[in-house]
Parts: sequence; C-alpha cells; structure tokens
Amino acid sequence: MLAHFRKLVPQLVRILKNLIMSGYSPEHDVSGISDPFLQVRILRLLRILGKSDDDSSEAMNDILAQVATNTETSKNVGNAILYETVLTIMDIKSESGLRVLAINILGRFLLNNDKNIRYVALTSLLKTVQTDHNAVQRHRSTIVDCLKDLDVSIKRRAMELSFALVNGNNIRGMMKELLYFLDSCDPEFKADCASGVFLAAEKYAPSKRWHIDTIMRVLTTAGSYVRDDSVPNLIQLITNSVEMHAYTVQRLYKALLDDISQQPLVQVASWCIGEYGDLLVSGQCEEEEPIQVTEDEVLDVLEGLLVSNLSTPVTRGYSLTAIMKLSTRFSSVNRIKKVVSIYGSSIDVELQQRAVEYNALFKKYDHMRPALLERMPIMEKSATNGPTEIVQTNGETEPSVVEPKHPPLVTQPANQANDLLVLLGGNDVPVIQTTMPTKPASAGGELLELLGDLSLSGGPAPAPAPSVPTSQPSFLLDGLSSQPLFNDIATAAIPPMTAYNKNGLKIDFTFERANPNPNIAVITIHASNSTEADMTDFVFQAAVPKTFQLQLLSPSSNVVPALNQGTVTQVIRVLNPQKQQLRMRIKLTYTLKGSPVQDLAEVNNFPPQSWQ
Amino acid sequence: MQFMLLFSRQGKLRLQKWYVPLSDKEKKKITRELVQTVLARKPKMCSFLEWRDLKIVYKRYASLYFCCAIEDQDNELITLEIIHRYVELLDKYFGSVCELDIIFNFEKAYFILDEFLLGGEAQETSKKNVLKAIEQADLLQEDAETPRSVLEEIGLT
Repeated sequence: MLAHFRKLVPQLVRILKNLIMSGYSPEHDVSGISDPFLQVRILRLLRILGKSDDDSSEAMNDILAQVATNTETSKNVGNAILYETVLTIMDIKSESGLRVLAINILGRFLLNNDKNIRYVALTSLLKTVQTDHNAVQRHRSTIVDCLKDLDVSIKRRAMELSFALVNGNNIRGMMKELLYFLDSCDPEFKADCASGVFLAAEKYAPSKRWHIDTIMRVLTTAGSYVRDDSVPNLIQLITNSVEMHAYTVQRLYKALLDDISQQPLVQVASWCIGEYGDLLVSGQCEEEEPIQVTEDEVLDVLEGLLVSNLSTPVTRGYSLTAIMKLSTRFSSVNRIKKVVSIYGSSIDVELQQRAVEYNALFKKYDHMRPALLERMPIMEKSATNGPTEIVQTNGETEPSVVEPKHPPLVTQPANQANDLLVLLGGNDVPVIQTTMPTKPASAGGELLELLGDLSLSGGPAPAPAPSVPTSQPSFLLDGLSSQPLFNDIATAAIPPMTAYNKNGLKIDFTFERANPNPNIAVITIHASNSTEADMTDFVFQAAVPKTFQLQLLSPSSNVVPALNQGTVTQVIRVLNPQKQQLRMRIKLTYTLKGSPVQDLAEVNNFPPQSWQ
Repeated sequence: MQFMLLFSRQGKLRLQKWYVPLSDKEKKKITRELVQTVLARKPKMCSFLEWRDLKIVYKRYASLYFCCAIEDQDNELITLEIIHRYVELLDKYFGSVCELDIIFNFEKAYFILDEFLLGGEAQETSKKNVLKAIEQADLLQEDAETPRSVLEEIGLT
C-alpha cells in the first residue's frame, strides 16, 4: 500500500521546497517561518514513506539537508522543524553524511539553554545511540554535564544515555561522574543508577581492584537502594577475585565499623568476614596498610549486627552464619558457642533454626565441623543475562562422603520460587547417592519452606542455604547429581516424533534443549497438509499440565499449503522444572475448502529424553 | 493529539476536548490525575512529561495551564507551537484574552478550537481563515436575533 503513495515523494519534496524558498505569507507565518505545521507534516509523511525504501530516501536527501541547514534555530518553531527533520533522517535510509549532520544538530540542541530542547535531544540521542554509537560519543561530555541539571526528566534521560555510552575506553572517567551522580541524585534514581553501575563495572572493569572499589563505593553511598539480587552477584564476584580477598575483607570490615544501616553492604560484609575472617585477623594485605584486628573485635562487630535494631532478619541470618563459620577459623570457639546457644531460643524462627542446628554441630557432630565450614569454592556464574540470575553454590557434601575436593554445585533456581522449591524437594529425581535417612522429615519440611520463603521474597540470601548443616543433603545433592545429568542430556539428540496425524494434517515435533537452562525444552512443530486444498487460518494452540510452563512463539504462517508443498513451523518453549513426563493437549483450528475445522488431541508419546 | 485540557492554577477545569472515546468516569479520573501532576511541577521544569503511555505537553499562560496529550511518535515541539497558535487565535478574537473571557465565552473558545483542530490534528494553518470562519458564524448568529420593538416584547401588537 505504501508503494502507491511513494509515487508522490517527488511532489512532496517540491512542495516542501517551495515552502522554504517562497516569500513571506503573513497568515501562515510563525516567527519568520512559513507554515511550520505543514512543514512538519510533510517531513513526517516523508519519514513514513522513506522508511525502508532506498529510492524515496535518495530523493529526499537533498531537501532534508536543505531544511536542516537553512532553518533558523533561534525560536522554538525552528527547533521543532529541525527536530522533525532529525527524526526523519534517522528513520529513512539516509547517507552517512546526513546522519552525522543529524547527530550534530542534536548535539547543538544539547547546548541550548532551553530545557525542552535539551530533553528532546536526549530522548532522540537515546534512540540513535544503538545505531550511530560513535557519533554520539563525541557529545559525551555534554551529556555527562546534563547529569548535573536540575530538572528530573533531563537527569533521568542523561543517566540512561550515559550508561548506553559507557565503553572500555571511557569507563574510568564515566564511572567517576556516575558515582558522583549517585551520591547526589534523588532516591528514585538510586536503584536504577546502582544497577547500571554494577552492569557497566562488570562489563568493562579495567582491573579487579577498581571493580571492587567501585562496588564498595556504590554500597556505601547508595547501599539501601541496591537491588536485592545484586548481593549474591557481588558475593560471587568477590569469590572470583581470589587475590583480592584480603583487601576486600579489610575494606568491608572498615566500612562496617562506620555504618551498619545499609543492609546489602552489611550482608556482603558479614558474608566476607565469615569466609575470610582469618585473613582479616592475620593482617596481611598488600594493597593497603594492614589494620590490626583481633578476633574479639570481629566477633564484637558481628554480634553487634545480631542485636542491632537496624538489621533485617536476613542480615541477622547472614551474621549468625558468619559467626559460625569463624568457629573453624578463629580460636575463640567458646565465645562463639555461647552466642549460638543464646539464639537457640530466639523468637525469629529462622535464627532459631540456624542456632539450633549449629548447636547440634558443636555437640554431636563436632568432627564434621571443619569440613562443613571450610572455604567456599569459586562459584560458577551461570550463563544467562546478568543480574537476574541467582547462583547457588554448595561446598559441603554429606558427612559420609567427606572428600577433599568439593565439586562446585550449581543449582539454577529460575526466577520462580516454585522451581527452587521443587528442585530442592525433588525426591523423585533418580540418581541420588544419598545415605542420610535418619534426619527427621519435619526439619526437612521447614527447611524447604524457609528456602521457599527466601526465594519468594526476591531471593535475598541464597548464601545462607549452603552453610546449613547437612541434615538435608538429599535436596542439595539432588542438584549435585542432576547437574552432570543435565549436561549429558544437553548433548544427546532427541528424536523427533509425530504428534498428530488426522484428516490429512500431520504435525511433527522436533526437539532441542535450550542451552542456558536445561529445564527448557524447545519444541518446533512442523505442520504439513496432504490434502488437495490449502488449509487457511491455521491456528495451533497447546496446553500443558500445571507443573509446566509454556511459551508459544509466533508461527511462520497461517496457511498450510496443500499436497505437502510446504510446512508451517512454530516454536514452543516448555519449562519443565520437575522433570515430569511431558504431556500436552493441542487444539487445532483451520479452514479447509471453506469450512472451518476444529480438533483437540492429546500428545503423550513424548520421547523420554525430552523431559528428563 | 488525544486530548486537550485547560485548567486554572487552582485546578478548576475550564476547557476539555477529547479526541479519543472514553467513558465519563475515565475522563474524570484522567483529568484529576493529570491536573495534580502538572500543578505539582515547578516553574523551571521541562514542559514535557511522560504519563502512562502518553507524552504530556503543557504550557502555562498567566493563570491558565494548557495541557495536551500526544502519542509517542508525535513531535513535542510542534505541539507547543499548536498550543501557542491556539492562544494567538483566542487573543485575536477576544482582543487581549484573559481567563475571564474564556470562562464567560467558553462556547466561542470551543468553536475556535474546533476550527483549528480536527480529530487531534491541525486542520487549518492560516490564522486568517480560522478567524474569518468564526466571524461568519458570529454574523449568522446576530442576523438570527431580529430586532424587536418594546411593544412587541410585552406582547401588544
């Protein structure tokens, strides 16, 4: 349909030209520009027509350049026309010279005193930064200045644009500016800014020390606004930078001495102190002057966290666990025993449970304690996008299998709490080498609920879970044993199957496993038609039992050509966390020879490898 | 444009023109929310804000706020010009317009708006033509009021 109107492009160009060149017409004039409304309209129409068409775009190039250079910018009207021109240049297939001209206009807008113009410029630059990255980089300094503007909308836009512009070269300078911005901005920005800083630091950090410094800075300035799931990410990052452990724990300890109100900071700090407390006390640190810290001081700080009103229950859990870990690293075990036994009667159920279990460790299972509370191995970061993935590691194994080497155990709780719950409670999963029958099932139930609660509340503390004593190794080990199983399955091919074959319509399913998450099976359906007439308006719908989740992507077309001349393909993604047998009910509707046909079918013959 | 609202600094609605079909209740709700949001803005702030999925362009003239809601792909700066053009038309018609003029002659304000904007888009860019059309309408109105003598008014002959 657009082709029909594209014939008019030369005419439109002519009209626009006349408008610009022609003389003064008092009734249509606005501050010296003749009929800006009409100009803007024509430009918009040109944008729509030239969008994916080379010829029309070429015909427009001249006039766009002319408008861009000749329009007066002293008044808002001129700027309005220029803005529309820039949008048009960006959308059509213009030559690079024109694009550079457009970006320069936007850069000029940024320097304008009028807030509206700056706002508009920042918005458009945000849109173009993906495609014309280099050109926008030239205006980076102006954009960074806009961060200091008073207007909220401009600040937000400038912040988004700055994050888009960060790259390996300018990371240090930009981060300085962004951290300064984080200090002084409104609370509503802090969360976004903090997340952005973490992402940028992760991607482009020039050195580990710089990275850790940046994180520390964010935690101390905007600590309370940092998102909950960044705490595990940070912990994982810290464990990865092995040589920086001493430095990190020292800095965190100092920060903790100053201020215990910011929960994420406190959580990360207490976790690190628990893990690397011995490094802290021994006072060895190459990077900074070592501080002299005694074991008692460290325990004072951690106990202070436990009693403080500022600490959330989660934080208390972190610090209790940290104190417990220190029992193997420090020598003042009695003090720790005392603390742990006090909390055995705490009102908070979480704390009580932990304390009781730790107490049991001291009394009955003292021989297991060192193995249990050893240093954590380096966590593997799972290969999905950044901050949303929670990585859980479990260094401990069950007591009957105390091996010197602890394989890293990566269970992947997807963002849904149910998956976590189910994975950990998946007693039905085959291949469990557990030999721990004696622990009471009730404790297991509580643990499950606790973990479920934890992950339901946004997954704040998966780290405490690993250090829970091995009363529930079955769950944790599930993950251990099923992990290698996943890997194997991922590489084996799954045979295709025929799901439905009736009245000339045949539907085949082919499988593949989505690599990042072995619980997702990707099924591609191929629908073919062996009758003599085409099947039109073909719609494929699928339903799965409640324990699965289904995602249906758009089909390749709605018409299945006759006599097997072609197939309609559609991709289905099924999330199968429980590893239950995949079953599906499908509903097909199509029109054959003018009459609509509807059919329901159950598909039960999925090959076992598709859901295991 | 989806709708245009005029309201005073106290939040009283003086004029509303809707170019999208919405129920009365929704209109009231939107008006209330928008008036609150716009009035909360400080004077030095940007004239554009994002609200729901629309862009709101507002400009303050003396004690009146002119507020337009435009879609994502519309040009905000030209909307400012549209608002300005409307104010100029009112000014030309009423001769140095003020809020009272709009309060007492709101139907004229609506007529002028309808002559200028149609379905949310500017349909007549020439100031002269818009005002001419309004003048003609006024003339018709005057002709309709035939002069009657005092006696006729009371009812005798």
